[in-house]
Amino acid sequence: MSAVEWFTQGLEVVVALAAAPVLLGWLNQCRAWLQNRRAPSLWLPYRNLRKLFHKEALIAENASPLFRLAPYVVFGAMVLAAGIIPSMGTRLPLVVSADAIALVGLFAAARMFMALAAMDVGTAFGTLGARREMMVGFLAEPALLMVILVASLTSSSTALPAITESLAAGGLGLSPSLAFSAVAFVLVLLAENARIPVDNPATHLELTMIHEATLLEYSARHLALMEWAAQLKLFNYVCIGFALFLPWGVEVGPIGPMGLLVAVPALALKLAAAGAGIALIETVSAKMRVMRIPEFLSTAFLFAVLGLLVHVLLGA
Amino acid sequence: MPLMRWWQRAQSVAGAPGVRELSVGREEWTQVARDVAATGGVLQALWVTGAPAEGAHVYGVYLTDPGGLAVELALPAGDAGPYPGLQELFPAASRLQRAAFDLSGVRSSDPDVRPWLEHAEPYPFTRVDGEGVHEIAVGPVHAGTIEPGHFRFSVVGEKVLRLEAHLGYVHRGLEQRFRELPILAGHRLAARVSGDSAVAFSWAYCQALEGLAGSTIPARAAWLRAVCLELERLANHLGDLGALGNDAGFAFGLAQFSRLKEDLLRATAAAFGQRYLFDVVVPGGVAVDVSSDSARALADVICAVCAESAELRTIYDEHEGVRERFTGAGRLEPQLAAQLGVLGLVGRASGQGRDARRDLPCLPYTKLAVTPIVRRGGDVAARVAVRFDEVQQCGRLLAELLAELPHGECTAALEAPADGAFGIGLIEGWRGPVLVALKAGPAGMVRFCHPHDPSWQNWPALEYAILGNIVPDFPLINKSFNLSYSGVDL
Repeated sequence: MSAVEWFTQGLEVVVALAAAPVLLGWLNQCRAWLQNRRAPSLWLPYRNLRKLFHKEALIAENASPLFRLAPYVVFGAMVLAAGIIPSMGTRLPLVVSADAIALVGLFAAARMFMALAAMDVGTAFGTLGARREMMVGFLAEPALLMVILVASLTSSSTALPAITESLAAGGLGLSPSLAFSAVAFVLVLLAENARIPVDNPATHLELTMIHEATLLEYSARHLALMEWAAQLKLFNYVCIGFALFLPWGVEVGPIGPMGLLVAVPALALKLAAAGAGIALIETVSAKMRVMRIPEFLSTAFLFAVLGLLVHVLLGA
Repeated sequence: MPLMRWWQRAQSVAGAPGVRELSVGREEWTQVARDVAATGGVLQALWVTGAPAEGAHVYGVYLTDPGGLAVELALPAGDAGPYPGLQELFPAASRLQRAAFDLSGVRSSDPDVRPWLEHAEPYPFTRVDGEGVHEIAVGPVHAGTIEPGHFRFSVVGEKVLRLEAHLGYVHRGLEQRFRELPILAGHRLAARVSGDSAVAFSWAYCQALEGLAGSTIPARAAWLRAVCLELERLANHLGDLGALGNDAGFAFGLAQFSRLKEDLLRATAAAFGQRYLFDVVVPGGVAVDVSSDSARALADVICAVCAESAELRTIYDEHEGVRERFTGAGRLEPQLAAQLGVLGLVGRASGQGRDARRDLPCLPYTKLAVTPIVRRGGDVAARVAVRFDEVQQCGRLLAELLAELPHGECTAALEAPADGAFGIGLIEGWRGPVLVALKAGPAGMVRFCHPHDPSWQNWPALEYAILGNIVPDFPLINKSFNLSYSGVDL
């Protein structure tokens, strides 16, 4: 791997770090517009992060080192994932080093640390949130793996760049099997990123929280890292979706810093569309009862299986 | 019918129409309660005045078929009870008696003697034992900007086995403060017992005061008071409907209802000079007169708000996700609601068809046909439906009231009443019947004043409604009750 490629890889990760808060800001703007409200600034997530980084970190007396470590692990995992996902180019050094299964494992590891940290201090809400987070996770992972499996059948590889390249070469149309798994993927994306209808990122009601409840004990830089990690996770999931279903604009083949000049605007356009789409789904849905989440994610799994069957039966 | 015997013996009391007063002995105290319970009456309020040293008085007010019945039990000097407890007949009495003990030192004979308003010791919650049962302690400080209260859940997984609330965190010593005030100025404090029921409390106070001063308010004042009361009901219902949508994760509902509520508050401010009607109801009438132009403008806004609310109701009703969250959540069966003596809006959503505007009407409700809106579902959906219906009912009543505002003065002169005069005010606030008991003291002061919010009766009902539901549904169920903390913490 050449220094140029590593440099480009570094640039890609920086773009991801910078774009993730804006994606959330954009999503919140769209949500506000759709609800007939005046929208908050696009840069609000940035201001929030800056504010949090400048605050004094308070940590519960009985917190173990794991509690302090978890934000760095979770954030690190999300940064690494951002490097692995072929969001801008398929021949970057990190992108080709791991396949989609490893990526799912990376998300699972981050989730585990988050859940352990939430239970570490021993408050009722943290434990409650961790328990629910793990429930969502163990139901969402098989659905996500099934989605990836369907996509890998078309390209005969579980490596994301290979899937992206074969798809990008295949023209504009989305095959029926991929259409089914795309639906499944959207459901998984909503669940994994604590969006409505599974979780409500805007709620202040401790008892209903899933993701937010795991962060209640965090403050200042730790909270900032956790929030930034959550924003990166949303960015990563959307980019996985692009890699699997909408690879247009991604540089296939060797890429240098100049290649990003095309890839980044294309990505920005796709992100804007995706953010607006998620906001629309969130506005027209209500949050479902926690006990309905298994049904929701089983539906996602079912769609992915349908995609698999369609591929086997129709060969498309 | 034994209840009629008591009713005929009772004397008419100043203030709210249809309320009578009866002094009883210790045995009769229990007998009256039994007869009221046997005929389906409910306990509206219970309080104790005076200290054991000088001879305390225990008061109970029941809502019965013939009308309101206030019962007074005088304890001899030096007697700190116990007087016969009413918990067995009226479960809501338990907390009222415990609060009365904390304030007066007079004990009831009921077994639960845990302090209620007094927070000196850690509160002994009832423990639930069993495999996998654990407790979740919530509050008194919450993540949102709401009133303080502590909730202790005993859960298995997500399922609630028991909920016990512990309130009293905003105890301000209101009854004590009333005793330091001139009786003609107490309405301002009454309006602040529970801020969202300012009109109901200040009207109830003024009704009692005007009754014991023997004064009648001008018709225009009565009409304007009713306008204020219905505006308060409408604003609270709109706010609740938005918040209920939001708690179901449907933020669109919150945005829309907040807008409607804001329109209404601005129109209220244009007509009455303030958004929330704190000091409009004053002894002898109302402090603000409304010009015919601003009455028309207010009527137009109300009409528009009600029309939009009807449209939003269709959206709530047809939204799959919202309907799914509302239906079946926090069900309070009519039978249980009757047993617990649940009052007001929550009661009407569980088949309890009481409404003081029909049952004990004062002017102008005697001229208006108010039919209580009753549902029997008892779940969040039923409480939402009652709110939606009452929004339309408010709209109709307000249109009628504003169209037929009598002309003339809007205040009447009022003398401070004689020492020892006793009166009761009873007004159907948005949450339910609000009661103010008032006794005049020497030199134009208050001897005692007891404000009673219907939340006293409804808080225990919430603990039953949540049973068998899952923990994350509690905020939604709690919001559908929307009970007052400050109103019961006194």
